[in-house]
This record gives sequence, C-alpha cells and structure tokens, in this order.
Amino acid sequence: MTEFTLYRHNPLLDPAVHVWGWEIPVYLFLGGLVAGLMIIAGVRLLIMRPTARQALVCCTVGPLIGLVLLSAGMFALFLDLSHKFYVWRLYLAFEPTSPMSWGAWILLFVYPALLANALTHLPEAIPALAKRVPVLVTISDYILARPRIVVGIGLANMAIGVALGIYTGVLLGAMGARPLWNSAVLGPLFLFSGLSTAAALLHGILVLTTPDDERPQFADFLLSMVARWSQARPLDTRIAPTLAQADNSFLTIELGLLGFLLIGHLTSTAVHQQAAGLLLTGPYAAVFWVFVVGLGILVPLVIQHLELLHRIRHTIAPSLLVLSGGLVLRFVLVAAGQASHWATALP
Amino acid sequence: MARYIMVIDTRRCVGCMDCVVACKTENNIPEGYTRDWITETVCGEFPTVGLEIRTERCNQCANPPCVSCCPTGASHVHERGGVVLVNKDECIGCKACLAACPYDARFIHPDGYADKCTFCIHRVEKGLDPACVSVCPTHCMHFGDADDPLSEVSRLLTSRPQHTLLPEAGTKPRIYYLT
Amino acid sequence: MNSLSRRRFLKIATTTILAAGVAGRATRALAAAAAANGGPSGTRRVPTYCDICFWKCGAIASVRNGELWKIEGNPSDPLCRGRLCPRGTGGIGAHTDPDRLRAPLIRTNQRGEEKWEEVTWDEALEYIATRMKKIASDHGPESMALFAHGVGGTFLKHTLKAYGVNNIAAPSFAQCRGPRDVGFRLTFGDDVGSPERTDIENAGCLVLIGSHLGENMHNTQVQEFATAVGRGASLIVVDPRFSVAASKAKFFLPIKPGTDLALLLAWMHVLVAEKLYDADYVAKYGFGFEQFAASLTSYTPEWAFVETGIEPGVIRATAREMARYHPATLVHPGRHVNWYGDDAQRSRAVALLNALLGSWGRKGGFYQPSSMDIPAYPYPHYPKASRPTVDNPGRKFPFAHEAISTGIRDATLTGQPYPIKGWMVYATNLLNALPNQAETIRAIQQLDLLVVVDVIPSEIAGWADVVLPESIYLERFDELNPEYFKEPFLALRQPVVESPNDQKPNWWIARSLAQKLGLGAYYPWKDIEEYLEYRVTAAGLSYPELKQKGILHGPRQPLYFDEGAPAEFDTPSKKIEFYSLQLEKAGFDPVPRYTPPPPGPAGSFRLLFGRAPMHSFSRTQSNRLLSDLMSENVVWINHTAASRLGLKTDDYVRLRNQDGVVSNRIKVKATERIRPECVYLVHGFGHTSRGLRHAFGKGASDSQLITRYRTDPLMGGTGMNINFVTVEPEA
Ligand SMILES: Nc1nc2c(c(=O)[nH]1)N[C@H]1C(S)=C(S)[C@@H](COP(=O)(O)OP(=O)(O)OC[C@H]3O[C@@H](n4cnc5c(=O)[nH]c(N)nc54)[C@H](O)[C@@H]3O)O[C@H]1N2
Ligand SMILES: Nc1nc2c(c(=O)[nH]1)N[C@H]1C(S)=C(S)[C@@H](COP(=O)(O)OP(=O)(O)OC[C@H]3O[C@@H](n4cnc5c(=O)[nH]c(N)nc54)[C@H](O)[C@@H]3O)O[C@H]1N2
Ligand code: SF4
Ligand code: SF4
Ligand code: SF4
Ligand code: SF4
Ligand code: SF4
Ligand SMILES: [Mo]
Repeated sequence: MTEFTLYRHNPLLDPAVHVWGWEIPVYLFLGGLVAGLMIIAGVRLLIMRPTARQALVCCTVGPLIGLVLLSAGMFALFLDLSHKFYVWRLYLAFEPTSPMSWGAWILLFVYPALLANALTHLPEAIPALAKRVPVLVTISDYILARPRIVVGIGLANMAIGVALGIYTGVLLGAMGARPLWNSAVLGPLFLFSGLSTAAALLHGILVLTTPDDERPQFADFLLSMVARWSQARPLDTRIAPTLAQADNSFLTIELGLLGFLLIGHLTSTAVHQQAAGLLLTGPYAAVFWVFVVGLGILVPLVIQHLELLHRIRHTIAPSLLVLSGGLVLRFVLVAAGQASHWATALP
Repeated sequence: MARYIMVIDTRRCVGCMDCVVACKTENNIPEGYTRDWITETVCGEFPTVGLEIRTERCNQCANPPCVSCCPTGASHVHERGGVVLVNKDECIGCKACLAACPYDARFIHPDGYADKCTFCIHRVEKGLDPACVSVCPTHCMHFGDADDPLSEVSRLLTSRPQHTLLPEAGTKPRIYYLT
Repeated sequence: MNSLSRRRFLKIATTTILAAGVAGRATRALAAAAAANGGPSGTRRVPTYCDICFWKCGAIASVRNGELWKIEGNPSDPLCRGRLCPRGTGGIGAHTDPDRLRAPLIRTNQRGEEKWEEVTWDEALEYIATRMKKIASDHGPESMALFAHGVGGTFLKHTLKAYGVNNIAAPSFAQCRGPRDVGFRLTFGDDVGSPERTDIENAGCLVLIGSHLGENMHNTQVQEFATAVGRGASLIVVDPRFSVAASKAKFFLPIKPGTDLALLLAWMHVLVAEKLYDADYVAKYGFGFEQFAASLTSYTPEWAFVETGIEPGVIRATAREMARYHPATLVHPGRHVNWYGDDAQRSRAVALLNALLGSWGRKGGFYQPSSMDIPAYPYPHYPKASRPTVDNPGRKFPFAHEAISTGIRDATLTGQPYPIKGWMVYATNLLNALPNQAETIRAIQQLDLLVVVDVIPSEIAGWADVVLPESIYLERFDELNPEYFKEPFLALRQPVVESPNDQKPNWWIARSLAQKLGLGAYYPWKDIEEYLEYRVTAAGLSYPELKQKGILHGPRQPLYFDEGAPAEFDTPSKKIEFYSLQLEKAGFDPVPRYTPPPPGPAGSFRLLFGRAPMHSFSRTQSNRLLSDLMSENVVWINHTAASRLGLKTDDYVRLRNQDGVVSNRIKVKATERIRPECVYLVHGFGHTSRGLRHAFGKGASDSQLITRYRTDPLMGGTGMNINFVTVEPEA
C-alpha cells in the first residue's frame, strides 16, 4: 500500500497535467493535414497531367486549402500561447534542440511553397479566377516555361511536407517527461496520419465536386506512380483507384505505426507500459478504440476497399471518418500523453 | 565554476510548508500558484507505517529538457552555478517546457510567462541562502556548491545515503534527499 | 498567572548584553540580515514580534516601496532563532486579507444574523459605555466579563479592572493547558509555563504523548525537536494517529484513545518494579514515594495491554529506553491536554513519570526559566470587587488556579451565583474555542451587551452587538514581552505599516473606552510609546535601542539544578509530591488511578482533532497566503474502515455526531495513518461566518461536532475528545 499526497495546486498542472487544451491537437492535426496536402501536391505536380481534374485538385485546390488550414492551425497555436504579444520572439532565435523552434521556421517556408504549387496550375484549375486576374496566367506561364522551377516547387513541397508532418509528431515525441509520447514512432505516425487525412480530404473534395454520372475514379498518385514506375499496371486516370487506394495504404501504414508505438511501450519500462495502458485499457481506451482505430481507420479502410472493388458508390463518408479519426488521434494522444507520468509507476 | 545544489534531510522535515510560503512572499508568487510544494509518501499498514515528507521544486537539472525544448531561448542555464532560469521577456508561453519537465515544476504565471524556482539566485548572488532554505524551522534544507568539496552540501552528500527524484527520467536532478 | 509561580522566577539584572548562547549560526544569519538590509533602496526593515499564535516570536518585517513585502525571524530572538514558523511567515496575509473588519459595527437585526450598521468609533464606544454603565448600575460591575486571549488583551483588561470587573478568562486554561499546569503544580509545585520549560534539544530520549510537534508548530519546540531528531535522540511517540512526529520515532505506540493513563501507570510500574528510576533524586526531592510505589503494583504491562492495545513487551522496552537516557529523558507534558475529563490526573501521572526519571531541573528535561524584570507602569489601584468571581463558585474545582472560561459561560446561562450581563470578547473566537456551541449561544442570549474586538468577521463577532475592528499586529504597538525562557529577553511589538481602514490598536480602544467610562485617571500616559518608554527606561534599558533591535537580552541564568538553579518545590511538603495529601484532603486520588473511557455508540468513530502546521485555530483560514497552503480540512479515516464504508480519498462526506449534529461536507483522507476506531480532523475549519468570504463553508468544524464535554473535577477543564461521529457519504 502506498499513499501519495501532493500538496500543490498549480493551474494547468494539478491534479493532472493539462497544459495543452484543444488548441495544440487542432494545430497538430491541421499541420499534419497540410503536410499531407503538400506532399501530395508536390508529387502530383511532378507527374502533372494537366487534363486530369483530380490532378488539378491535388496540386492546386489542395495547396489553396492548405494555406487556409495552415493559417487556422497557426491561429490555434497562437491562441494557445499565454504570452501572446511576445510571439515574435520565436523568430529572433533558432534553437536547434527545440522541435517547436524547428516548427516555427518550417512554417515560414510552408506558405511560399504551397503558394507556388497552387500558382503553377491555377489558371487551369480555376479558369474563372484567372480570367479576372490575368496576372495569374502570366505567373503560371512563367513557371511552366521553366521545368526546373516546376521540379523545384514539387520537390520543395514534398520535402517541406515531410518535415512538417514529422515535426508535428516529434514535437510530442521529444518530450521525455511524458512516457506515452516518448517514442520515435510518433514522427512517422503523424506523417502518415497527415497523409491519410490529406488524401481523404482531396478524395472528399473530388467526390463532392464530381457530377453524379462521372463517378470519381479518383485516387491517385502513390499507387499510380508505383504502377507507372514498375510498369506493372497501366495507369487509368479515369477510373484509377488512385486517391482511395493511396488513402488505404496510408491508413494501413498508420495502423502499423500505431501498433509499433504501443508494442514499443509495452515492451519498455513500467511507466511506458502504464502509458500504453492509458490507451489500451485506461480512461482513453474507449475513444481510442472506437474513434481512432475503429471509425478512423478500420471502417474507412473497408469502405474504400469496397469502393475500389466498385461494390459501392464513392461517397464522402470515408473521407469524413478518416478526417475525424485523424483529429481524434491528436486529441487522444495529447490528452493521454499529458496523463502519462514517470511518477505514476512508483511502487 | 560553482554547481549549486540542494541537500534536504527528510528525517528532519515536518512538512510544515514554511518553505512554500517563504517562497511565495520572497518572490511575490501570486495566490493560487507556487514554485515549491510538499509531497507525502506513506507506505505500510497501520501501525507499521513509513512516511517520507519532501519539499520539492525545480530540480535545476544538469540535463534540463525544459531548456532544450524552448523555442525562444527564454529557458536557459545561468552561468552562475548552472541554475536553470526563464527570461520572461523572451518567453512566448508555448508551455513546451511545462510539458517537458518530468517534475511538473513549472507553471504559467498569470502574466503569461513560464515561471519556476530560480534557486533564489537574486539572494544567492548577495551571499544569502534561498528563501525557503533560510526559513526552514527544522534546518532540513541545505544549499551550496557541489564543486566545493568543503561545502556543507558536499560533506552531507558523502556522509549520508540519499536519492534524487525520478533519476530514470534522465534529467540529472540536483536536489538530493537524505534518507 | 498567579503569584505562586511568578514568585519563583528569578529577577534579572537588566544589563543588555548579547546572549552568549547566540552562536555561530545566528551570527551568520545576522550578517545575512544586514546584507539584505543593504538591499534595494526602497526596502525598510522593522523588528517586531509575531501574533499569529501565542508563542511571540521575534520577527523583522520588510516593507518594499511602501508595501508590506515579507516577514522573517529576528536572528537575535531566542524563541525563533531567525526562523518563523509557516504561520509567522504567512503573517503578512493578515494585513492584506480582503475580508478584514474595516470599521466599527453596531448590530441592526437579531443577534447572529450578521447584519450591521457601520458607525464611528465615537458612536461605538459611546454605545458600549452607556450599556456598561447600565449593567453596572443594575447588577454591579462584576456582571461584566472579559474574555481575552493573548498579549493584546492587556490594555482592555486594565480598563475593565479599573471599572471593577473581576471575571476575566481565556480559553487557554480550561480548554487548553490547564490540566497540565495543575498536574505539574500538584507534583512539582510549579507550572510548565508557556513557552514550555522543556529542554527538548538536549533530551536523550523524548516521549510525546499526543503532542504532535511538527503539526503543532510552536516554533522553538519544533526547532528543538528537529535538533533532537537530527542528533538521533530516542523518540517515543504515543498517539492513535501516525502523526508527523510518529514518523520520526524509534517507538510508535498506537494507543487506544483515552487510555494513556493506563500506559503511564504501567511505565511507572516497570520503572519501580525493575528499580530503573532515579533513586537518588527521588530520595532527595521526593515525598510519599513508598505509598506511591505501593499503589502501582497491579498496573502491570499485561494489565495495560488490555486497556491500551500496546504490547507488554513494547511497554517494558520503552520504559527501559526512558531509564537508559535519564535524567535527560523528557516526557513532554503536552499543551492542549483537555481530552477526556480526567486530564489533570493524567498530567499528574506525566509529572510523576518525569519525577521518577529525575528530569525536572535537569539538562534534557525541564529547565528553570528566567525573565527580565520590567517594572509595571504605576497605575492607580483598581477598585476592589465586592463579589468573588463567578467561574468557580464555592471553589468546586479546588485546584483551578486560573479563571475557567466555561465557568463564566455557566454563570451567564444560570444567573448563578450572580448574573453576568455583558461580555467583552477580545481575540478569542469563543464559538469555536469553547465546547458546545449551542450553550455559548444560549449564554449570549442572556446578555445585555456583547462586544467583540476582532480583526476579521469571526463567528463570535457574528453574534455581537458591537464589533470593534482592531489593527493587526503589524500595524500596532502592543504590550512588551519580557518572556520567561531559557535566556531572559525583552521584545517589542511596533507598527510596520498603517492600518488600511478605520482599524485601531487595542491600547487606543482600551484607553478611549476608559475615557468614555470616566476612567481617564487610569491612563496617565498620552500615547502608547510614552507607556512603553517609561517601562523600558525604568528597567534601565534603552527604548531607542529596543525599537531598533526589537529584542534586548539579559544575562543567562542557571538552567539546571547542577548549574545552580534552586531545587525548590512549592508544594505543601516543599518536595516533589509522589503522594498528594492535598488531593487526598480534597477527596481525590492522591496517586492517579485509571478508569477506562466510556465507549461510543456502536458503528461510530471517536472524533479527534488537532493542528495543521500552517493554520492557527480558527483565525488564519481567510489569510490568503496560508489558505493557499491548505484551504479546507479533510477527515482522516483508517483505510480499511473507509473501504468498508465504500469511501476513498477525496470523496465528500458529512459527519454526524451522537447528538445528531451534522457537519459541513468534508473530503475523506483514507489513510493507514490512524487507528480504525477514530477519525481526525484539523481544528479551525468549516467557518459559518458569511463575512469570511474565502473560508466560509470550507471543510468541517470540530467545534460544531463537540456538543459534549466532560469536566475535570480537579480544575474545571473541558475534556472534548468524548464525541463520536458516523460518516455519511455526500451525494
Ligand atoms: N474544538 C476545539 N476547541 C478548541 C481547541 C481545539 O483544538 N478544538 N483548542 C483549544 C485551545 S488549545 C486553545 S489555546 C483555544 C484557542 O482559542 P482562541 O484563542 O479563541 O482561538 P481562535 O479560534 O483562533 O480565535 C482567535 C480569535 O482572535 C481573532 N484575532 C486574531 N488576531 C487578532 C488581533 O490581533 N486582535 C484581535 N482583537 N483579535 C484577533 C481571530 O480572528 C479569532 O476570531 O481553543 C481551544 N478550543
Ligand atoms: N500550527 C499550529 N500549531 C499550534 C497551534 C495552532 O493553532 N496551529 N496551537 C498551539 C496551541 S495553543 C496548543 S494548545 C498546541 C496543541 O497541540 P498539542 O498539545 O501538541 O496537541 P493536541 O491538540 O492536544 O492533540 C492532538 C494530537 O493528540 C492526538 N490524540 C488524540 N487523542 C489522543 C489520546 O487519547 N491519546 C494520545 N496519546 N493522543 C491523542 C491526536 O491524534 C493528535 O495527534 O498547539 C500549539 N501549536
Ligand atoms: S520548511 Fe522545512 S520542515 Fe517545513 S516543510 Fe519545508 S523543508 Fe520541511
Ligand atoms: S526540474 Fe523541470 S523545470 Fe527544473 S530544470 Fe529540471 S526539467 Fe527543467
Ligand atoms: S513557455 Fe516560454 S520558457 Fe517555456 S518553452 Fe515556451 S518560450 Fe520557452
Ligand atoms: S529556491 Fe527560492 S525560488 Fe526556489 S523554491 Fe526556494 S524560495 Fe522558491
Ligand atoms: S510560532 Fe509561528 S505563529 Fe507563533 S509566534 Fe512564532 S512564528 Fe508566529
Ligand atoms: Mo492551546
């Protein structure tokens, strides 16, 4: 029997740590989503087929939405700061050991990269806008006339996207004080979760914007790319399984990484086992199993699989599930991570 | 180079919280917040019971994750004695350091910046003990330079068994508890 | 205090020299204080002495940029040795407490409804004077009573005595240390005093019987206790609760509540039977030892085991442990000893045990205190009371040597031996200090006048006709403190900051009231400093120096018999009375005799209570600095007992006592640190006064649940540990 009494009641810390509320999970979610959008946009830009509508959505609409979402995410982050008017201090220093500092600087590069990606094909994607603002055509023409710039933009989006996606996980993963977060898997996990939500978002947009008779043969890039490179399968841009297929593979990888995270903890010290227990059987288990694993990963996997087999119609249901699953994942990990503690495993 | 540490004799501590209130007045800590606190650990079954009372605060870790995670450099290691401090004019209140500290030793001051124990560096620089040390009615707290082999803290460390808090978290805490 | 003990204190030549005892540490601290003094230009440091409890530690308050900043121990004060207790350190919260009384108040509604009209001091004092005069003309001045606790009551006492009032009491006798002082007087002919004359720091073996030092935060005692623990002194703690002190003990004796006398008798049995006592000391100073020894034969450890639950082997081992270290074995006399109604006899047993160990007058036992002789101010004589005091009619409590607070309450209730029609209450929250609140309220309803002088809207103030707001101790001059202690010294209380509103110091209130009563002749001095300076100068000391230093020292006097302290015992036999003819003559047991405490109703817990280090009684819960450390009390319940009731830590419950009184809601502390048949809570919480906005309704009040008490037949003390509660989960 051990009774432990802590005579302290500092706000945000006691009786349980809750330094981060909704703002940080929202920020991490949006950051991951934007990272996914960047990677998809970058890849798609490199293999652009201007005729394919879904390609335009991927590398133009996606980045435009990304700009908005990123701003929303940064606003959430700003809201979380308790010393708000000092926020500019972030850009007076670069602290190489601080993921937060890396993130701040990465975010600076995300905006121009996304914008450049969007501008490249903006006139084709949104002709109405281009008509009103002719300079957009000039810019697009300028870029498209210089393939090295196009490649540069695509690679930059991919690289920055990967950095951003991993950073959202490392931000937590670097916190040795919170055993649940204390895993290198968190970076890739958040990256792939970001990719899956991005693919789902784009898939959803296509579904929503495609006339009923033209079933979105969406999907896209990773698989199609692989297919093209390996020549194993002809690429069918009209009915290709593409985005949904990609999403399925991201979800599968994400599921695998979640497994790694938990197995890593379960085979580690008692505090890490306890931390994993918070998700597996503890107070966060219900939300984790139902909303993250079940509705966020497994159900959309099945639905999208059936869509791909043409057993059912493409709908936005899987997109919504994946998106909310990604959001809940961030919420659950941020909350449960704060609840995990080195001291709780004392005898 | 000095290396400031605290050595606390849990045999003498009675958990009176004088150290807590002294810190609050000395450093003008607002109501509802505190830089130091008491914990009680009871083991055994009545009447064969053991009780350890500890006064706790920032451990002034030699390997401080709160410093390495700080995006602005507000959290830093002071050149004097290796004390970990926060420069409130550089702090943006991102709370990364709160999340990074395994001891939950930091808090957000109502004015917005991260705050924590400073080892009363303003007093130490004048040759005084930290407020909590100087007030303790049981004389159970000792402050000094671990690099000076003749200091009281160095002698205590070599003469009595001791432990630190959560050494497994890898932060190399510099508050030692004599048992 | 009465002359019996005073007489025996040494009169000290009044040269001011720094006490030799203030050694290295204090000197370093002095240097440190001086360094701090040279700090920011806006910082001012003023020495004074603390008033958060009655220990009166010397303190130095710092004012920074005009605001009270902090308060620290005065390194030259022998009581605090440069370190205040948490309450003292948090004392500045009393100045800034937003719930303070601000202006004099006169009641507008029914008593107890806490409805007031703010008035001027002149109106308030006029109101009081008029009613006091009426009481005096209708019933005589003795029908006015004064309850005053602490040093601040001096001047009001003076005014009321000048008015002819003789019924003056404090809860510090019949609710606190009375039985102990009676038990020790009957045995050694002298009191233990306050500060206690216990030489804890030099004890080789320290025995604490319910004295929960460390939670009981009387500063010097705690410091010396820590020194003893640090030195590795053998510590024996007897308590139904695993107190903080118990956690440091070599022997923890988890006694069944109320059976301590059985343990004490068994210990003495072992010491006598095994001839372990200090035979020379007993032979030299003892009276009636043979009869005493004979009376112990049946009190074997085996017998005591049945009563106390303490193994016979442990009783023998601890008795031998005490013998091993004697005479440096200190069986602490305790302080709040009004537990079961047989407390004076239990305290006498503690005294006798110390006598067997030869600790009285010996190093590591009880030393001989001394004080500085500070002449009194030459006031006119007080009028002679025409009637004896009401608190102890016919001396039915023959050994009470101070006024019995509850005795005055009884007289107020019954009108016997004569009516009491007015109460002046200074710095004592009678509703929380006296047992059975209903009785206190009924007594109040008999009054024509209830005046309460307080600093916050306490419960007793809530029932007053007139409430007078006093300046807190950091805002006023007060009576000098020429303490009786290990070394003689004189301490001054002086203002550090101004009162924030219309509060006034007690001396001003007392003098103004005297003037209203036509007793101006009793206040020949113009202001308090004239009074203080007169006394200090008359003692041959420098008042400016006292103001500057806060403390002046006298030369150290012999502390122990072997240092030359006189081995005199002011008992009828002039010896240590193992057998008391006084008691026998008065019809009491000449040697303590054990009777088991009556058990409570089935399924109930005995209600025990005590101190938390960061609070003083019921006076600090609205101090924001201190309430930040502990804002509500919790009820300790044995872990197993709690599980049986389906309760766990932090569940809210209510306590219902044997008379159906239900407490405020309170959190459970399910713990291995207490016996299963009792519960424990910290005294002073569960405030019902709405003016205490911050403390109102937080935690539960032991005072409310103490509806029963057993009166000590020797001295009228009220044993309060005889109440029982059941625990009801709060939805
Ligand atoms: N139930 C229960 N009753 C007890 C005890 C217990 O443990 N439990 N303990 C007993 C003991 S040991 C004692 S000594 C007594 C103590 O009994 P009290 O001395 O009555 O203790 P408090 O309840 O603190 O009440 C003190 C009052 O003085 C006021 N006061 C504080 N400072 C000043 C000041 O500077 N000026 C003025 N005018 N007023 C001031 C406070 O606001 C408070 O209302 O209680 C006894 N009664
Ligand atoms: N912080 C702080 N310190 C204070 C005070 C304060 O208000 N606050 N008040 C001061 C004053 S005036 C006084 S009188 C003292 C009072 O303090 P003490 O005299 O030390 O203690 P009590 O309040 O009598 O007793 C409380 C202890 O007695 C134990 N106890 C209860 N019943 C029994 C029993 O039957 N047998 C035994 N052996 N133990 C029992 C309880 O478990 C508890 O540990 O504290 C002084 N010190
Ligand atoms: S002041 Fe000293 S005795 Fe009191 S709690 Fe703090 S460390 Fe312990
Ligand atoms: S205890 Fe926490 S705040 Fe202090 S140095 Fe270590 S990690 Fe940083
Ligand atoms: S809250 Fe302030 S001190 Fe802490 S990591 Fe953020 S910027 Fe640094
Ligand atoms: S060293 Fe100073 S800042 Fe740190 S806890 Fe002690 S008093 Fe507070
Ligand atoms: S013991 Fe504490 S509260 Fe009492 S006078 Fe001393 S410092 Fe003040
Ligand atoms: Mo008391």
